[in-house]
Amino acid sequence: MNIIVCVKQIPDPETPASSFRVDEAAKKVIPAQGIAPVVNPYDPQATEAALRLKDADGGGKVTVISLGPDSARDAIKHALAMGADEGVLLNDPAFADIDNFQTANAIAKAIQKVGEFDLILMGRASADWDMGVVPTGVGQLLGVPVVTVAKAIEKSGAGIKVERVLDDGFQSVEVSLPAIVSVSNEFGEPRYPQLRQIMLAAKKTVQVWSAADIGLDAADVGAANRVMPLEALYVPKVESNVEIIEGDTPEDKARNLAQKLRAAKLI
Amino acid sequence: MPGILVVAEPLEGSLSGVSHELLGAARQLSAQGGGPVAAFIAGSEAQAKETIAYGADSAFAATNPALAAGTAEVLLPAVQAAIAQSGAEIVLLAQSSLGRDLGPALAFANKTGVAMDCVELKIEGGRLRVTRAAYGGNARAEHTWRGNPQVATIKAKSFDPLAADASRSGAVTTIDAAGEARIKVLGIEKATSTGIKLEDAAIVVSGGRGLGDQSAFQLLEQLASALKVAAVGASRAACDLGWWPPAQQVGLTGKNVSPNLYIAVAISGASQHMAGMSGSKNIVAINKDADANMVKVSKFAIVDDYRKVVPALIEEIKKLG
Repeated sequence: MNIIVCVKQIPDPETPASSFRVDEAAKKVIPAQGIAPVVNPYDPQATEAALRLKDADGGGKVTVISLGPDSARDAIKHALAMGADEGVLLNDPAFADIDNFQTANAIAKAIQKVGEFDLILMGRASADWDMGVVPTGVGQLLGVPVVTVAKAIEKSGAGIKVERVLDDGFQSVEVSLPAIVSVSNEFGEPRYPQLRQIMLAAKKTVQVWSAADIGLDAADVGAANRVMPLEALYVPKVESNVEIIEGDTPEDKARNLAQKLRAAKLI
Repeated sequence: MPGILVVAEPLEGSLSGVSHELLGAARQLSAQGGGPVAAFIAGSEAQAKETIAYGADSAFAATNPALAAGTAEVLLPAVQAAIAQSGAEIVLLAQSSLGRDLGPALAFANKTGVAMDCVELKIEGGRLRVTRAAYGGNARAEHTWRGNPQVATIKAKSFDPLAADASRSGAVTTIDAAGEARIKVLGIEKATSTGIKLEDAAIVVSGGRGLGDQSAFQLLEQLASALKVAAVGASRAACDLGWWPPAQQVGLTGKNVSPNLYIAVAISGASQHMAGMSGSKNIVAINKDADANMVKVSKFAIVDDYRKVVPALIEEIKKLG
């Protein structure tokens, strides 16, 4: 089974709120000092799902695609260290600050260039913009069915059976291949890359493709050509109305808190 | 005249709660010059009439039996037909299991973009402008669209519904279109769980890395048990350390909770965690660090060692009965 996994590098969502800064004029997040970007937390689950399906199938190839700056190579390396076979970095200054339609379009073009695939796996959303629309977008552009928010995926005849997480329960669906599936955190823990695999991953190929390499014109990329312009990005003013509970000892404070909560009918 | 199309969702023969909020939001946009409000529902003409009572000017009832599958791919051509017939330039959907799939499918099929989980909508110069949270709630982003339709999903409980007005009238048109079902639905299982579910609990007590060790969760369980209607959650950091089951993680990659009272013990309040609990009605922080983000966003906070605070809190709550 030939599987393509899409991964993304994002600012660490564990960054303390006090270190989070935005350049409002440039409408960009200012990277927090000393906090390295990380692989989007949903993506290792997508890679894990790909590796398990490939193993169960007994053959094929797992190709990892990431769109991002040079540092996004680390997100690809992480997937290669988990066991994926090859990587493709979509890297071009014209990809900076593109919107979700442009991103889906670029990934769809890259997938067409990779060529044959049975399954495309992605995380359910990226934790930075948290829209979760690229899997559906790529499916729409490629004309391939999309199953979102999967907690389990297994081969079933010529297709796959997917267990989905709904707002109020679970749904079981079946789809023929090729298909796109977005994977949720409910899928379970991804494997942790071992030192030996990290060293092996260093020898695996990562191709770098520009916008032109995947057949995109200047009008398809660039923040100026967004179909959905970003008009403003800012840190919302949080008015702190906190009442710090006083007391001579920690125990006093606790007693005062309990009484306040009771007076406010919260307990 | 351009207008607004609301994709309402059926629930047990009627409308889902967020459908009412969608119609309320659409009426606000209409009052700002957004044009008339049409509603789409995969359901009966009676359900379509209900959307009119809640604020639509006209409605489309999509009645093809194939729509019962409920997937975005079968619904897409029916919604496309409603957009074409109504001339709507704005499409509003719920941030629900359906809206999450149908919103982007609709936008990308029309070569336009989609804004998910919007908390504010307005009309500016005849065009839609939306506000949504990004970076786990650390930032707000505002978007507009170049083309049409301008597709947005709305966050639940962000817009007020209108009261039903049975005297409102409007045209109901039926639509027969349905897309090819490439995805076969085998079954649906409603979530069940024993004990108080984290998402349903009136009170959630959560612990973070700052607890220092796993045994502290026994203390949090005792606090939850004294509060009777509480469940115990944890931050991702605490779950990664193996102190609490990952299924009970609150945050971006865990459960999303909005209890009446959220008690955060030794949690600093990184966006990963805030994204899962910022909808809580009242927050209490117990933290050694007065500058922790969680302290700033809380209603009440104790700046002290939880090891001394929590046992005394349990005792006092038991005393209050």
